[in-house]
Amino acid sequence: MLNWKRYRPVDWALVAVAAFMPFLPLVDRNGGHINVLVNAGIYMMLAIGLNIVVGFAGLLDLGYAAFFAIGSYTYAMVASPQFGLHFPFWPMIVISAFVAAIFGIILGAPTLRLRGDYLAIVTLGFGEIVPQTFLNLQHLTGGPNGISAIDQPRIFGYHFGLNPVPYYYLVLVLMAFSLIFANNLRTSRLGRAWMAIREDEIAAAHMGINTTTAKLAAFALGASFSGLSGVVNASLLTLVSPDQFKFNVSITVLSMLVLGGMGSLPGVVVGSALLSILNFFILPQASNLVATVGLHIDFTQYRFMLYGIILVAIMLFKPEGLWGSEQRKAELKAEEPAVQAAENLAYEDIPRETV
Amino acid sequence: MAFFALKNVTKAFGGLVAVKDVSYEIERGQIAAMIGPNGAGKSTAFNLVTGLYVPTSGEIEFDGRSIAGEKPDHVCRLGIARTFQNIRLFAFMSAVENVMAGCHVRMGALLWDSLLHTPKHKAEEKAVREKALDLLKFVGLERHADDYAHNLPYGHQRRLEIARALASDPQLLLLDEPAAGMNPREKEDLMDLIRAIRDRGTTVFLIEHDMGLVMNISEKIAVLDHGEKICEGTPAQVRADARVIEAYLGKSA
Repeated sequence: MLNWKRYRPVDWALVAVAAFMPFLPLVDRNGGHINVLVNAGIYMMLAIGLNIVVGFAGLLDLGYAAFFAIGSYTYAMVASPQFGLHFPFWPMIVISAFVAAIFGIILGAPTLRLRGDYLAIVTLGFGEIVPQTFLNLQHLTGGPNGISAIDQPRIFGYHFGLNPVPYYYLVLVLMAFSLIFANNLRTSRLGRAWMAIREDEIAAAHMGINTTTAKLAAFALGASFSGLSGVVNASLLTLVSPDQFKFNVSITVLSMLVLGGMGSLPGVVVGSALLSILNFFILPQASNLVATVGLHIDFTQYRFMLYGIILVAIMLFKPEGLWGSEQRKAELKAEEPAVQAAENLAYEDIPRETV
Repeated sequence: MAFFALKNVTKAFGGLVAVKDVSYEIERGQIAAMIGPNGAGKSTAFNLVTGLYVPTSGEIEFDGRSIAGEKPDHVCRLGIARTFQNIRLFAFMSAVENVMAGCHVRMGALLWDSLLHTPKHKAEEKAVREKALDLLKFVGLERHADDYAHNLPYGHQRRLEIARALASDPQLLLLDEPAAGMNPREKEDLMDLIRAIRDRGTTVFLIEHDMGLVMNISEKIAVLDHGEKICEGTPAQVRADARVIEAYLGKSA
């Protein structure tokens, strides 16, 4: 049911921007800009996937880049001269999503009993193990050199080459589907079960929710989105290597969620768009700009310092994120009075003691 | 065979025996209670029934099958629902969503239905929302359907927990201190509600400290002290039992 009054001007602005996106390449013919947006789209799909695990189900995953790596390598191994296999691109999108989902279950299963910090540490470990494995399985993955000359997609005889525009439309379509699927999940039996587990796992189990299957479904579905973006990533770069999937990718995606608002789909879109544009456009441009006046500062080197500053600022001024969910806002608001009361108590106690 | 039975159930945590050789039978359609001083093992007994703990020894039978050691979600599926002593609602879900979450186990939407919002999903969501609103009405919270559980007053939260438990269509409802923190007026309403639940065909098994409430509505009471059942009978029998008076008031000089 649509309730028009619930929409604010800023909601309409997001809809307008989204509606304009298909026409952007007609207006902006700068391939560099389009390329930035393709990369932003790849990260956005990762963020949508991670949001299912962290935002919806409340399972903090610090090794999400592992699934991105699995998706990318799945396509790279069967569509490159590596083994002389040249599987077509389109079915591989779905197959890679499935492969990533299966690894989501494999990596999720041992963590089922863990919560909070413990879960985060174990997933961090997985995030390190997977690229290391790809690094060391030389005969399969090409080791540190990775796999190159990966096939690019073809559609109706048209070959995606160096032109980023077809990739732009590909990413746009995949993202639209990802958003629809993620939103469907959120407002469904499974989404409600995730929410219940996030709120109170023991109570959820007593209400008949099988927490094992629900959590595994979150890991699997979350991972499947990074399978999608992995395929696009591999075919776009025509090269995969282990260093593309380091810890900083997991942290970047998580930062996007924190910036935009965990659990909120508009928040995920806004957060990933902002950080991607900062990362792929503003920082390189700023470096170029200062170079014209004779300064040689590579601002992209300061990327993680900037993320840190942004995250601290968000935590201080808008902890629910730029576009946080109503739920998250209420949760944070509810925590405040308790803190306030505790502080009041502490202050009240001091004079009595000293007088 | 009884509808529900604890048979010589023992639960030990290391050297501490929280529940010791307790047997208790409840017939279908009864309102049965378990009372006892703090730390007597009442909540542990509930946790054994719902599968949070596995009994060290003994059997738990429900509707003709043994359920000891089953997982909580499976126990719920079999038809036992519960509330918690220290309210465990889904704090930042609305009242109606809390109850809808309680319907989870009676729903059939699969992953595909959730992902694609199939007609099956749509029909089921609609039916479940109606059922949840009906249950909210039944416990008197229809005006608070869209409020976060966290924002409801204490008495309402207790009622919401009952509605959420009823959403799984239980045959047996376990209420863990449902009257805790309620004022006398709310307790009166609660007694009416518990009777109404029984009249819907759900057997009620409650733990309670409030003697007025227990003596008033229970048909059968078991008294626990230090993990052992010291007495069982009708309210009148229990009230007159010397061991019960001793457990609550101490030995007379």
